[in-house]
Order: sequence, then structure tokens, then C-alpha cells
Amino acid sequence: MATEETAVQGLPALAAQGVHKRFKIPEERSHTLKERVLHPLRRSRHEQLYALKDISFAVAPGEFFGIVGRNGSGKSTLLKCLAGIYRTDEGRIWCNGRMSTFIELGVGFNPDLAAYDNVALNGIMLGLSPREARARYQRVIEFAELEEFQDLKLKNYSSGMHVRLAFSVAIQVDADILLIDEVLAVGDAAFQQKCFDVFNRMREEGRTIVFVTHDMGAVTRFCHRAMLLERGEMVSIGDPRDVADRYLEIAFGREVGYADPDVGSARMGDGAARVSDVWLGDDFNDRRAVAPQAEPLTVKALVKFNTDVMDPAVGLMLLNDQRQPVVAATTTEDQEDTGGFRAGEHAVFAFSFHNMLAPGRYHTILTITHRGEGLDVIDRFAGGLSFVVSGLTASGGMVEIPVETEVSRWGYAPPSEIQPTGGSR
Amino acid sequence: MGLRPAERDPADRGLEVSGPVLSEPEAHPAPTASDPLGQPIRGPRALGDSWSRFWQLAYNIARSEFKLKFFGSALGYLWQVMRPLLLFGVLYLFFVVVFEVNKAKGAAAHFYGAQLLGSIVLFTLFGEASSGAVRSVVDRESLVRKIQFPRLAIPISVVLLALFNLGLNLVVVMIFAVAEGVHPMLSWLELPLIILMLTVLTTGVAMLLSALFVRFRDISPIWEVVSQILFYCSPVIIPAEVVREKLAHGSLDHFLYHIYTLNPLVAIFQQFRHAMINHATLSAGQIMGSWAALLEPLALVAVIMVLGFWVFNREAPHIAEDL
Repeated sequence: MATEETAVQGLPALAAQGVHKRFKIPEERSHTLKERVLHPLRRSRHEQLYALKDISFAVAPGEFFGIVGRNGSGKSTLLKCLAGIYRTDEGRIWCNGRMSTFIELGVGFNPDLAAYDNVALNGIMLGLSPREARARYQRVIEFAELEEFQDLKLKNYSSGMHVRLAFSVAIQVDADILLIDEVLAVGDAAFQQKCFDVFNRMREEGRTIVFVTHDMGAVTRFCHRAMLLERGEMVSIGDPRDVADRYLEIAFGREVGYADPDVGSARMGDGAARVSDVWLGDDFNDRRAVAPQAEPLTVKALVKFNTDVMDPAVGLMLLNDQRQPVVAATTTEDQEDTGGFRAGEHAVFAFSFHNMLAPGRYHTILTITHRGEGLDVIDRFAGGLSFVVSGLTASGGMVEIPVETEVSRWGYAPPSEIQPTGGSR
Repeated sequence: MGLRPAERDPADRGLEVSGPVLSEPEAHPAPTASDPLGQPIRGPRALGDSWSRFWQLAYNIARSEFKLKFFGSALGYLWQVMRPLLLFGVLYLFFVVVFEVNKAKGAAAHFYGAQLLGSIVLFTLFGEASSGAVRSVVDRESLVRKIQFPRLAIPISVVLLALFNLGLNLVVVMIFAVAEGVHPMLSWLELPLIILMLTVLTTGVAMLLSALFVRFRDISPIWEVVSQILFYCSPVIIPAEVVREKLAHGSLDHFLYHIYTLNPLVAIFQQFRHAMINHATLSAGQIMGSWAALLEPLALVAVIMVLGFWVFNREAPHIAEDL
């Protein structure tokens, strides 16, 4: 931290090459000298946990770089290695410019000291010189909006005030490279808004920011590039949208298009045909687990006929994670006669629509019925496929239908006395 | 973190999911060459690259701790001075008022009260800093795991804090000494050297203990006992003259006396008594037999200092993981 070197042109702001990090997990941890003395020859057995495996990447100056991954994927470990808090076992890391780390806000805050002392100490901890830290105190207090409370000891602050003060100090550290862990995302909505404003400002100022998060919305909104870690390995790097899709695939999918056994009951129907496979995507061999919002979506079902069936109707129902039906469609709406199928024949039924689903996880129920009222069930296959809809638009509704809005003024007279003239006044 | 719909481009209000318009910085490929790409990040170390940052950190941590003690309670300063004074009061009552050691032992026993108080105050520095350092790194876990900074700043700040306190306590010692009738002497100029030796020893012990405690948690009770033993085996209550007299016969006595004088605290405290309070007491050189023999405890101080730094420096990269 606080390397005072000026950035060299043409070099990446941050670069890692072949970084490995192992943790020793002792099976029984000897924590005392006594145990060591009593059993001097006993080697403490431990397992090696690979937290990071061969990570190489570079962050360009001015880039907003996201590191995403599930819990325990190694993203915080990587951040700590970049920050120099952990030593890497192999590989090398370079930085160009003054670097500052925010893994937690208000590190070293002492509840028994007043704001001034805490700001000074925290500022020095984060890499400011004592003089700089004291000179910036006024700005810190103003940004935190704590002018009236500056003589109070920190223990008398509310948690919101505490976070505000800590964040204000953090952003006063004018580093070229900022390493930010997701814990910054604390505080109420108004404070989060302020955080995002600051992030935006920093991005515009051309600071290099490495940002660890779970929040795919933030990644796609802020980051120029992102990296996905899974079990310590770099799975994907590049466009934040692709990385976010891969993340959702891993986080929700487990396997591509896996079946969720607890959706719906056992199969029913007379067994004249069976749905043998359900998948997402156009290609049988290139299945997907993530359906991006606002793009065409296709669910396909492979049906094997055991007896001759004439004009069967195949229906698809999509349930959201609360098991509420969101979409229902059958082949009968589109085509009355699906044709005759022979015993042993395979057929694929496809359901395509423009994806207007809200982001989240969806489950399928497929139904095959004999021609008619749809009550004569051949097969009902619930939970054959579970997939994730990714996207940024989450209005809170179950679907994201494009809605146009319009405003027309009606003046002040009671609506009964006036008819809208059509245009806006 | 949620999204902020108002911030999005009006164009993507509907289903059009378009990313923010970014002026894309040119993506750097992952490095493959082994040539340096800027400042290398080597991970946590005992000392950083910058001495000034190291001292600023150590000093400011110590300063805020001092402020806490000083302004934390209504009688801040008084409490700080009270601890050694109370101990002194009890010992003084016992050895001076009840057993009258100051009258029995001739010239060396003059100003025994001031000698006792001075030694107690010096031992307070050693005791406070060493036992304070034991838990220091572990207690500051949140710092160690979340910020990169020279790790050694933590135990050093504990020593600095004890030095601040020593400054306050020495004022009381000097007032007491002058009140008892000690006249100012040229040899008072030796005080910085005496304190320097004590500080080097204390720093070495503090580094050693704080690094070992991360791995061995029973260092804490062990050190409590060792510290107590050192208190009684140093010329705090019992002056070195008395020990020398008692251990003057036979080779076993000689051997025990040699062990006694190996303790660097003996030479340091005794020189304090000699130079600061009463010239009639034995100087460090006289205690050892010759000034050359002083090299033994001096070498021990150096060894402890080097060993302390070596151990701490070796542990520093792992501390954040081992906590």
C-alpha cells in the first residue's frame, strides 16, 4: 500500500502472473508450546487447500475490473494477495501506482476515541501521511455529514454514522488503484446511492478499481471487464455480461440444465409416450443453463413414442422459484394437428418466445395429452429442466413486459367536466 | 447492492438491456514474460519499504492508545503513575519502615526509597511492554487481516506506549529523589544510555513474544511467571550488593552469581541506581567484576534483539493466515 511510485506509461496498473495460494488446514491444531514439547516428533498433519490456482491477468490503468465468484471461490483471497495481505505461494504480482485496499470499512476504529483521532489513525493506516490525514479531516467530516457529532466518542455513534465516517475516510485516500471488497455494500439505500456516485466519479477520474462482488448487476453496470473464479481457478475473463452469465450458470446451474427433483410429483399418464429429455437452447448438444433477458428463448423437449399416437398435444409450463406458473403454452394453440407418430419414433417439440421473464430461476413442467380436451394425459414430466434468466431489468414483477408510458395533462377542472383533448397541454 | 433504475440510459428502460456506455480502456493481456511490470507486491512483511511510514504507524498507534489511557478516565495521569507508586508504597513500607534495610547496609543503602522507586519504574517499562506485546498482534487481528502494513509496527507501538509511560513515571521518580535529598549529578547524563539499553532489550523480547504467541498460545501464562521471576531476580527490591555478599563463598555460589549477572536487567538497574541516585552503590562494571565482563549481558541483549527480529520477520508473512 501507499507505494509512492508514479505510474509508468504502458504498463498495466495491476498484473498477476501464475499466482498460487495454498492454505494449510491442520487436522488437529496444536496451539500450545506444551504440545510441541511433549510431542516434538509429531509432524502436524494438515491438508492443503488450494485457494488459488494459477491466476494470471492484468488490469489496465483506468479499468474498472470485477472479480466475481461464489462463496469460497477464492475471490477475497485473490484480493488479499493483490493487496499484499497474504503472501502468494507461487507467482508474482506487480502494481503501478499508489494502491489502497478497502476490505472492511473503518479498520482500526477505536470506539473510545472521538472522530478526529479515528480519522487520523484510519487515514494513516490506509496510507496517508499524518499531515495529509489531519489536513483532510474537515472534508471527511463534511462528506460524512457528521459536523455536529464530531466531539462524540465513536461508541456513541449509530452504526449508520459509523459507516458514513469510515467510507468518507476511505474515499479521501487518493490512490490510483483501489481494491474494494463487497463489504462496502453496507448501509441504507441513501448511503448505497452515495457509494455508487463515488464509484462513478472514480471511474470517470480514470482510477483503476478492482471490485469483488456477488452482485451481477453491479458488475455489468460498472465494470469494463470481469473475471470469474470457481474453486480457485479462473473460469472466465472478459466482457462482464458473459462473465455474469457464466456466474449464474455456475451458481444456479450446478450442471447445465439440471433437473430439480422437488418440482412437482411423480410422472403420470398412460405412458403412450414419454418426455425423455428437456433442454434450453436450439442445439441438442450445446445446451445452456442461462437464458439472457430480452433475447429469444427456446425450450425443447424430446419425446419418445411407445405406441402409435395421433395428433398429440404437448404443453409447456414454466414455474418460477416460488412455484408460481408464469408461462403456459401448448401446441394446440399453434397447430391443431401435430401429425401421427409411430411406436419407437422420436420427436422434438420446441417452444420459442421472446424472453420477458424476470431474472431468476425457472422450472419446467411438460405435458403430453391425447388430442381432445387435454384431459387424457399421456405423460406429465415436472422438473425436467431448471434454468436461470439473467438480466438487469428487475422491476419486481413476474415478467418484464415492455411498457410504454405517456403523460397528458388534464388541467384543474374536475374530470367529469372535461374530456381529454388527446394531446398534452 | 441494488440497481439504480434512474441512472440507466432511457434507452434501456424497456427490455433493451444495454450496458453503460463505457470508454473501454484497452485490455491488457495477462502477463507471460518474466520481466517486471512495475512495483512487485511481495506480501506482508515485518518492515515495509518506507521507514517513515513504519514509524508513523507505530507512533500513531501508540499515541492513540496513550490518549485512551490518559483521557479515558477522569484521573488519567494519576492512574498511570499510581500503579508503580502503589507497588512502591507497599514495598517501601515493608523494607524501609518495617525492616529498615536503608539503615543496616551503610552508604549503599542511602536513598533506598529512590533506588527502589526508580527500579520499579524501569521494570514497569519492561513488564508493561513485554506482557503487552504478547497478545498485541493477535488482538489487532482485524488490522492484520484487512490492511497491508508493516507488521512490526504493532509490537513496536506497544514498546513506544510503555516509553511514554516511563517518561511520566520518571518525572515522579526524580521529584521523589530530589525530595529525599539526592543532589543533581553529572552522571545523570547516563540516563538516555540506560534507557536505550533497556529499550533494546524490551523490544527484542516484545518482538519474540508477539510472534511466538500467534502459534503458541501458552506463551501468555508462561511469560507471566517468567516476568515475575525476573522482577525478583533483578536489583529492584534486593540490591546487587546484597546478592554479591550472599553468594561470595564456594564455586556453586560463584556459578549462581554468574547466572545472576547474566540477566541484562541487573546491570541496567544497578547502573541506574549508581548513576542516578547514589554513587555509593555498585556500578554495573563493579557488579560484573570488570567493565569487560559487561560484554556478556550486552551480548545477550544483542542476541535477544536479533533473535526477536529474526523470529518476527520469519512469522510476519503468515500471521494473517495463522490467526
